[in-house]
Amino acid sequence: MSTETMSATETASRPASFASSRRWLLWSGIAALCAWVLVPIYLVALGALGGRQGVYIWPKTGLPTGISLEPFILFLKTEGVVQSFLNSLGAAGITVALSILLGAPAGYALARYDFRGKDSYRLLVLLTRAFPLAILALPLTVSFIRLGLYDTIIGVGLIHTVLALPFAALVTQGIFLGVPKELEEAAWVFGCTRVQAFFKVVAPLALPGIVATAVFAFVISWNEVFAASVLTVRNRTLTAYLLTVLSESPMHYRFAGGLMLILPSVVFIFAVRRYLFAIWGISSK
Amino acid sequence: MTQNRPWIPYLLILPSVAFLALLFVVPLVQTIWLALSDNGAPSLANAERMVTDINFTRSVRNTFLLTIVVVPVQIAIALAMGAMVSKVGRGRETILWIWTIPLGISDLAAGLVWLSILQNTGYFNSLLFSLGVIGRQASWLSYQTPVALFIAIAVAEIWRGTAIVMVIIVAGLNQVPKEFKEAAEIFGAGPWTRFWRITLPLIRPALQSALILRTVLAFEVFAVVYALGGRNFPVLVGEAYNWQNQNQNYSVAAVYAVLIMIISLAATLIYLKALKVDPERLP
Repeated sequence: MSTETMSATETASRPASFASSRRWLLWSGIAALCAWVLVPIYLVALGALGGRQGVYIWPKTGLPTGISLEPFILFLKTEGVVQSFLNSLGAAGITVALSILLGAPAGYALARYDFRGKDSYRLLVLLTRAFPLAILALPLTVSFIRLGLYDTIIGVGLIHTVLALPFAALVTQGIFLGVPKELEEAAWVFGCTRVQAFFKVVAPLALPGIVATAVFAFVISWNEVFAASVLTVRNRTLTAYLLTVLSESPMHYRFAGGLMLILPSVVFIFAVRRYLFAIWGISSK
Repeated sequence: MTQNRPWIPYLLILPSVAFLALLFVVPLVQTIWLALSDNGAPSLANAERMVTDINFTRSVRNTFLLTIVVVPVQIAIALAMGAMVSKVGRGRETILWIWTIPLGISDLAAGLVWLSILQNTGYFNSLLFSLGVIGRQASWLSYQTPVALFIAIAVAEIWRGTAIVMVIIVAGLNQVPKEFKEAAEIFGAGPWTRFWRITLPLIRPALQSALILRTVLAFEVFAVVYALGGRNFPVLVGEAYNWQNQNQNYSVAAVYAVLIMIISLAATLIYLKALKVDPERLP
């Protein structure tokens, strides 16, 4: 570990024992916080894989005994689970597509042009942050019934796009700012039209960041509970489904549902971990 | 670049403006009208109905208490995480990834995770039992134990919501130039002085956006509460949900929505004013 290298530099000025005890304190703090994050996930996974009997074992050891995939598969076979999983994927897919299609052009405009109304536009985008956006699903129920969007994944995808779009616009602005203007101008000089220059020069360079933004839009939609529950009855997303059946489900089903919600997002966060801090550095400005 | 075709940027922002107008501004106005009207005429009847409801005062108190407890703890843990990770060389990436995992976890899932720990035959009771603290299974999540339920919900919220604060703060810390710290060290500032006088003022913008984001989210707390305590712990958004879905009374639900929006806006304005960011003092 890096303990030796780091403490070697510190021992030059301080007594060795003092420096090493500080290192020890630092690493135990880090380990404790890692455990604080990871242990609860491990425990809910045990609950999800332990089945009905597992819930009533007393006292529990916290060791992975008596677990198998069977209870989780049984949960997947419960009526409505797979369908709501697919609905969640669908709503998240719509959210990703719409928030990038609508947000990225706006981000490009913010990054490359000076125009009247730019500040007002930015204000509109930032203003959405001060509002609990999901709550705006409440009045939409009526208009969505009229438009035939109530209880559809398109309707859920639309309201989730309201959550993801401001974020996408701000983040893509930062990403396009990171692509040197000179490259684009060089492409024009060599005879590309603006559109060609964008797709041949800017887009490939901005792509990884845009993919990361898309992943975030996905996670935002995947995790949203309130709007999805208000706007659906039969075509529930996974969160909405779990929320409505919560009070009548046995414990191990609840844990299995929790695990099922957690797994995809953890994988996605892992996939974009390099971009996390850059993105939030940008979007929190 | 803007001279010859000035309409280009407008064309680019137009789709998103139209979208936000339709699905952000219109429902906003609709909510306010729904809340403040009765049979098509302006009226405070819905607001009255909300205020006189048995759960109203409790839900306001619970939501505020949760926010007041949860947000400062999250900021403190996130600052500690930022300070720790800044001293780490190798392994930094892995540690940060682990700490950001809850960022991808929904409030519903967080509630279910802590339910597995805190339910009667759960791991927390098992731990207390094996330590000899309790003789038989204790219940923490019932309406008879409001304080324990409150702590459980707060813990679940802190567990889930700290990651986003940490990411924003670490992103802010990454932008602080090393020279500031070194200069302070040369002039003899200790670690605490450095933290309070140098680091904290420099990450003010990050701190501000973390506070705004987290506070607005904290007033939206709902699914975590529902997963852990069911109806035993009324909160504002939960009440809005019940009025809408159970009672089918969209107007009272809308009044709750307006109330939550006013609180969120007020909190945002307070943060913007209290933590005024002076552009000239930024690195």
